[in-house]
Amino acid sequence: MKFVDEFRDPAAARALVRAITDLAGDNEYKFMEVCGGHTHTIYRHGLEHILPPNIELVHGPGCPVCVIPMGRVDDAMWLAEQPDVIFTTFGDMMRVPGSRGSLLDAKARGADVRFVYSPLDALKVAVENPDKHVVFFAVGFETTAPSTAVTLVRAKALGVTNFSVFCNHVTIVPPIKAILESPDLRLSGFLGPGHVSTVVGTAPYRFVPEVYGLPIVVAGFEPLDILASVHMLLRQIRDGRAEVENQYSRVVRDEGNVAALKLLGETMELRPHFEWRGLGFISQSALKVATAFADFDAEERFSMPGIRVADPKACQCGEVLKGVLKPWECKVFGTACTPETPIGTCMVSPEGACAAYYNFGRLHRETAILVGQGQGADA
Amino acid sequence: MCLGIPGQVVEIVDAEQHIAVVDVSGVRRAISVRLLSEQGVSVGDWVLVHVGFAMAQIDASEAQMTLDQVKKMGRDYTDEMDAFRASEIA
Ligand code: SF4
Repeated sequence: MKFVDEFRDPAAARALVRAITDLAGDNEYKFMEVCGGHTHTIYRHGLEHILPPNIELVHGPGCPVCVIPMGRVDDAMWLAEQPDVIFTTFGDMMRVPGSRGSLLDAKARGADVRFVYSPLDALKVAVENPDKHVVFFAVGFETTAPSTAVTLVRAKALGVTNFSVFCNHVTIVPPIKAILESPDLRLSGFLGPGHVSTVVGTAPYRFVPEVYGLPIVVAGFEPLDILASVHMLLRQIRDGRAEVENQYSRVVRDEGNVAALKLLGETMELRPHFEWRGLGFISQSALKVATAFADFDAEERFSMPGIRVADPKACQCGEVLKGVLKPWECKVFGTACTPETPIGTCMVSPEGACAAYYNFGRLHRETAILVGQGQGADA
Repeated sequence: MCLGIPGQVVEIVDAEQHIAVVDVSGVRRAISVRLLSEQGVSVGDWVLVHVGFAMAQIDASEAQMTLDQVKKMGRDYTDEMDAFRASEIA
């Protein structure tokens, strides 16, 4: 348990690992962490090597940058290249490859693409540039969508007429359902997302135990949080329970953020369906700007091409996002596809499984294999 | 982008527009506290800051723990702080 020494409370970590090992016995368990932040923590701290080998953590579709399909990136580039448009985006989206390169390439070709920290910064750009039209490329789960909602309300209140949102917000429950419906993967339970749950609360996950009979524990981001949550999952299984539990109650309230949910309801509507990278079309899985705010909807203001392109052949992000493949099992991982020259989305955002594994996991795995060989135990 | 970084509210600049200044690791910027309008925020409170919005209220020890954790992220943390520094809301 070498890595445990770096933990905030190594003794607590050791005790948890012991308890987990006891509870797990000889059975095999597969738990999916839905949130990219968890994936990051797991690889960064080598948690998959600290846990006993019969507990596997699989990574889910919880990185919002990773799930944007190529066609939406192409649409974004099309918008950025329209005359008199200033296209604003979070930094992470700049490098996501579309079929004609990334927004960074569009910028190099002369498009006015600017990265912003917040949608409110994008609105400010609009106020300061009345002779241009400013589009904000909105991505993110329910964690981020309320920020766009507030910005829409503010834009309307200020009477801004040269601002619109290219809305790509997605919702967390439908992809979890899609994964549970897919025959590829047999899961024993879920680590529920932390930050998304500060907005949606814990009730939306009830279908996991009620329909699928599986436990789900909303987890925090510290390595100890993840261990504690795995422990809670195993305890549920031992007791024959399947429930929604909240390990991260110091931040997540069961009812979520009521004000944020209300704002979302006022400014956005569910799309009938939306394409996810690698997962295909999932019904009612994304948000669009509500009719009452149509003036601020880039898809209404521009006759957008609505590009649809297949994911590149070499890219296995879909399998990685579904937890079917580990990042290093993708044929181009670390060779053709690296954080500097990403082919797929999972290599772009730090929360993407491939990037997280490329940056940290590899090292832990190599060390673990060495340690394992030294001790004659499997890593 | 998904990072939530703890910040301490140091000033309520515009109560009507829900704009407050927070201190994140010594960097002070205006953010929106509109999403916490139900419970309300006051000077001295710790909040989790995400894309220019306070998304949850946290206590001081949680803030410290989270800050230690995100600082360990290295480049992702410094990138996030650079972005935060560049923000000019309000
Ligand atoms: S290595 Fe690259 S192409 Fe392969 S799954 Fe990861 S991001 Fe996608």
